[in-house]
Order: sequence, then C-alpha cells, then structure tokens
Amino acid sequence: MADLDVTFAALADPVRRAIITRLSAGEATVNELAEPFPISLQAVSKHLKVLERAGLITRGRDAQRRPCRLRTEPLTETADWIAAHRRRTEDRYDRLERMLAGEKEQR
Amino acid sequence: MSDQEISFERVFDAPPETVFRAFTDPDLVARWWAGDGEKLTVEALDPTAGGSWRFVNTGADGVGTAFYGVYHSVAPERIVQTFEYGGFPGIVLLETLTFDDLGDGRTRFTDSSVFPASAADAYGGGGGATESMDRLAALLATL
Repeated sequence: MADLDVTFAALADPVRRAIITRLSAGEATVNELAEPFPISLQAVSKHLKVLERAGLITRGRDAQRRPCRLRTEPLTETADWIAAHRRRTEDRYDRLERMLAGEKEQR
Repeated sequence: MSDQEISFERVFDAPPETVFRAFTDPDLVARWWAGDGEKLTVEALDPTAGGSWRFVNTGADGVGTAFYGVYHSVAPERIVQTFEYGGFPGIVLLETLTFDDLGDGRTRFTDSSVFPASAADAYGGGGGATESMDRLAALLATL
C-alpha cells in the first residue's frame, strides 16, 4: 500500500489514463500505444516509464516488440483504498447523525 | 461520479449552526469522529483560513493514527480544507463540507473530496479528461 501516492500521480494524467484504458483491452507495443496521440514517440515513452515505475504496466523483454502489459494490482489497491476511505467516512457520519439526534432529545 | 471525486450526503436532524459546531468545537468533534473502542485526541483545531487541524485516533491496541490538514476557508455554510491520513502521507484530499439550511430545523450536509491532479498535466488534457475518467471508472468497476 506504500506507493498509492505514486499510483495516484501516475493516473493523474489523461494520456496515461488513455494508455491504461487501451492496455485493459490487451497488450500493445509502444508504437501501437503512441498511435492515437499527437505527441512524439519519445513523449509517449516517458509516460510509459512513469506507469512502469508506478508498477502499473510491465514491458516485455522482446527487444523488437517490447509489448506493454497492464498490471491490475496497483489499480485494485487504489480502488480498495478509496473503498476503505468511503466506508470509514460513512461510519463516521453515522456516528455524527446519532450524536445530533441524541443532542436534539436533550433540547 | 468520477474516480477522482468521493462524495457523501446526509440530512441531519439539527440546524446548520449545530452541525457546523459539531465540526469546529473540539469537545463535540471528539464525540463522533473516532469509532467504537477508539479515542480521539484533538491536537489542533483552528477553524480559520490558514488554520490547521490535527486529530489523533487511538485504537484499542494503543496505536494512534493522525488525520490532519489545513483550513482553506471557513464560513457558516461551507468549510474547505485539506485532509491527509498519517497512514498514507502524500495523499492529500481537498475536501469541501457544506451546511445547507432546509428551513425546518434540518440540515443538508455534503462532503465532497477530490484528489488533486498532477502538476505535470502538461498536454492540454482538459478536453479529454472527463471521457478518460469515465473509461477509467468503467475499468476499475471490472477489477
């Protein structure tokens, strides 16, 4: 769970989110991933490095094709973190509701 | 709801001034913030623009977790603050709390948090961002 902030930062860019979406449909080469964007291959490679450092993708060792593949564990952790935060906060507001109802009875 | 926003909404059976006090009076906060078996220590609570807040939640095992942030603005109908867990420093939410008077002694309360986007959002991605977030939401829903 320690690198959730790295995951969030990696997902905060729309090009990187689009890359993630494309990879959710299956692995792809760098050229295939770069195709929809009006930015240079070098710029796309930089994005892929950020995603790889965040543990969100793996890049194959096949030197010619170097296919990129999505890793789902960090995304699952992010979703789990959000779900846990949501549960804790709902519980907290349940307690606030009970406290306010209790206060009202005393008024 | 987009993936970068987390929202809550409640209707409380109390006027907005009372609900506002529940968030800004340290004695009241301590009564509802912590869970069962937990104890809350309010180390700081300065509900003014630029003031800080810091609550330490201590579990039955004696382990304390800090929640903290800074108030951006404080008004009777809206508080805007940052929110950070000690357990995951660096994940900073920007949280907006609103207290709307329903006119009959009740309050509509909302709590809306967003994750701040990266400062390196340098590819003019504003236009595609919503569509991308919808696709990400769909992806996350399948995991």
